[in-house]
Amino acid sequence: MLSPDFLARVNSTFPPAPATLEEAMAYNLKINGTAHSVDVDDDTPLLWVIRDVLGMTGTKFGCGAALCGACTVHIDGVATRSCITTVDSIGDSAITTIEAIGETPQGAALQKAWLDLEVVQCGYCQSGQLMSAAALLAETPKPTDEDINSAMSGNVCRCGTYQRIRAAIKQAAEA
Amino acid sequence: MDTLNLNEPTSGSSTSRRTFLKGGGLLLGFALLGGTTTSVFAANAAQVTEDEVKAPFAPNGFIRIDPKGTVTLVMPMVEMGQGTYTSLAMLLAEELEVDLDQVQVQHAPPNDALYANSILHIQSTGLSSSVRAFWTPLRQAGAVGRTLLIAAAAKQWGVEPGTCKAAHGVVTDASGSKHLSYGELADAASKLPVPAADSVKLKEPKDFTLIGTPAKRVDTPMKVDGRAIYGIDTKLPGMKVAAISISPVFGGKVKTVDEKAALAVKGVHQVVKIDEAVAVVADHLGAAKKGLEAAAIEWDDGPHATVNTADIIMELEEKSKQPGAVARNEGDAEKALGSAAQRIDAIYQVPFLAHATMEPMNCTVHMQKDSCDIWVGTQVPTLTQMFVAGVTGFPKEAIRIHNHLLGGGFGRRLEPDGTVLAVKIAKQVDGPVKVVWSREEDIQHDMYRPYYYDRMSAGLDADGKPVAWTHRIAGSSIFARYVPQLFVNGLDPDAVEAAAEPPYALPNIHVDYVQVEPPGVPTAFWRGVGPTHNVFVVESFMDELAHAAKQDPVAYRKALLANNPRALGVLTLAAEKSGWDTPLPDGQGRGVSVAFIFGSYVAQVAEVTVGPDGAVKVNRIVCGLDCGLSVNPDTIEAQIQGGSIFGLTAVLHGAITIKDGRVEQSNFDNYLPMRIDEVPVIETHLVKSAEAPGGIGEVPTSIVSAAVTNAIFAATGKRVRTLPVDPEMLKSSS
Repeated sequence: MLSPDFLARVNSTFPPAPATLEEAMAYNLKINGTAHSVDVDDDTPLLWVIRDVLGMTGTKFGCGAALCGACTVHIDGVATRSCITTVDSIGDSAITTIEAIGETPQGAALQKAWLDLEVVQCGYCQSGQLMSAAALLAETPKPTDEDINSAMSGNVCRCGTYQRIRAAIKQAAEA
Repeated sequence: MDTLNLNEPTSGSSTSRRTFLKGGGLLLGFALLGGTTTSVFAANAAQVTEDEVKAPFAPNGFIRIDPKGTVTLVMPMVEMGQGTYTSLAMLLAEELEVDLDQVQVQHAPPNDALYANSILHIQSTGLSSSVRAFWTPLRQAGAVGRTLLIAAAAKQWGVEPGTCKAAHGVVTDASGSKHLSYGELADAASKLPVPAADSVKLKEPKDFTLIGTPAKRVDTPMKVDGRAIYGIDTKLPGMKVAAISISPVFGGKVKTVDEKAALAVKGVHQVVKIDEAVAVVADHLGAAKKGLEAAAIEWDDGPHATVNTADIIMELEEKSKQPGAVARNEGDAEKALGSAAQRIDAIYQVPFLAHATMEPMNCTVHMQKDSCDIWVGTQVPTLTQMFVAGVTGFPKEAIRIHNHLLGGGFGRRLEPDGTVLAVKIAKQVDGPVKVVWSREEDIQHDMYRPYYYDRMSAGLDADGKPVAWTHRIAGSSIFARYVPQLFVNGLDPDAVEAAAEPPYALPNIHVDYVQVEPPGVPTAFWRGVGPTHNVFVVESFMDELAHAAKQDPVAYRKALLANNPRALGVLTLAAEKSGWDTPLPDGQGRGVSVAFIFGSYVAQVAEVTVGPDGAVKVNRIVCGLDCGLSVNPDTIEAQIQGGSIFGLTAVLHGAITIKDGRVEQSNFDNYLPMRIDEVPVIETHLVKSAEAPGGIGEVPTSIVSAAVTNAIFAATGKRVRTLPVDPEMLKSSS
């Protein structure tokens, strides 16, 4: 079950936009080490900038309300729901998406564990699962079951791959 | 019993292959064998390819080999997570004599003549039928390919084909000194006459090298780094995206739209109105959604504005009092009920359910003057083509369906409604447009698993043995809409599946069906179809009979399965592995469920804890499964895990309710999916079997409900007859 605490935490990851930003300015975003300039409204969710404006489709749309985690990216290493994170809230922060998570030690270890244990079924949620798991391992290299529950319960998988997700996180933590 | 324990870790032998694929993108199949040829197998790192592959060697619909050595296997069924791209590829590869890491797989284009599923008679991925339907045709297709490639090599060498051998995509002569790779043979083999599929010799199961092994899925690597392309990921030059709003009341129509406000949003290009929906077309979905909100649509609610769940249930209750279309009638159930030593009656109800695939409904359409292109993930490409022909007037050849990986299907993508809607919108848009539903639209405009209302009665003799069994099912008929030719004399075969033929010896059995359509509410197949509802009812009621007979639920069932050895086998296995006879602490309980569904025998034992507040925690699921010969045991285990969770979600949380003609649920905060902190340990124990393969994808979803509710009864003495489980009813004080 998604706890209210968890929702509050996810939804408050980023402070509201500074009031000084002017409308209709182009935003400069640093994604996977590359700079992108995008000209969108300031309240545009980052998810649509990543997917539709920049064409990076590894990050998925699932709910639009930070309830499923499919859109999870890292902003300065913190797992963040890009579907409710507006483009004006990001500033100079570094954004990492699933396309580049394999370049981090946690991401690489997790991807390997995901393959070894055949975690994936339809796969649609797995970008978000891996991004949440990578942030977890970066912060908590040896997570307990409770740590895993806490970090991963915001990520929905309708195929029900949870048992293998848990096993794969533990395997990656041992790597 | 000879069983395979899937819970023990298996060695990951293919890690090196993954590394290899990721590193180079090429597999040097033959070159590595030390042969003289330089030909290579060009297996893409992305093993699923979007585009239709052309190659000279194409002896049937399933195999394409080009002179460069690229082996492409065309997948007649779609991959929606169930692992079919791997298991079907295994059937082909086993007989073609190639390794799984030497192939790429391709989504089949719509073509019933080439790709119809022999069980469903159409190119449709459903009913857990892929392996069952293609078990023989794909092995034959592979053997035809191998036969031709060997013949081409033998001809070149001037030897008898019978003296040559094929393995790992290479033909070798009798001496072992001559080799030709499949790529080198592709052109020559393509010129030979193709033998009839049933004329080629298939391998004996004892000679299988791939079938039966826990093979690595072909689609996993591209699903862990963002490369996998689903329908929603379609990108085309000049493509716009659209957000849509459909009448919140079923069957309502658009009344007013503030187009000016929508068009004032930066990035918005167009507002499209059709009868039942409004779409805002924009550069990106952020703008489209903002535009849709600004459009402040008002609706004409139409005739269904007063529909609500309570009235639907009342009608079901009333109409189920009358006899229905008879699905099975043996002996004289009414008479036997009258003379039974003990009579038990119960009413069971299961709710409307949404599919809630992780990938929301979407479809990209490019309308052109005389044709159109459709990019979508669908379980039914040919049916979709037919429906698009209906709304465009184009001949089906002019409708090009580009199928994709599905971000979940569960039956939702057996319906072409999303594509039809997108086409209606695209007809007003210049250039390609991708229509993406919000999660709210996806849940509120799903087509729902019907609400079923079941009346059960049974009579027991003095020893507690059933002497009469009646089961009346009332609910919407999906067949009447979807396959009306199979809806005969008012009987929906899906609605009674697993009810008309329970696995037990039951004398004097009467099962009938009453069609009751909920006004305005569209209904459709949902993972597990008929059995998901019926196994819950039958196995719960069987538990009631065991209790009335004061007998152990496992022992009671076993006595009725004496003539059904495979069902008895899985029940015995699940009971034994669960430690059925060992006691549990207070507040905990064990429940069992057994069935023969989708060609497979399955039993589950669930262990639950019920708290004083009525909260149910499922701790453990133990599954005994006999699905015949297993093609990929790792996929089977994955389906048992995932399918059980899909069912558990429904048992514990799932309900779509309707008020004032609108679905009350809207997103994952009120249509709850099971999350990682709720999932039990799920153990799979597989009976080794040489029987023909059974289905698997829908088996666990169907079996798990009754195991859980029977466990709740064991823990609390309270019988759950209406889903989902209501914790209020289970509170200690109540």
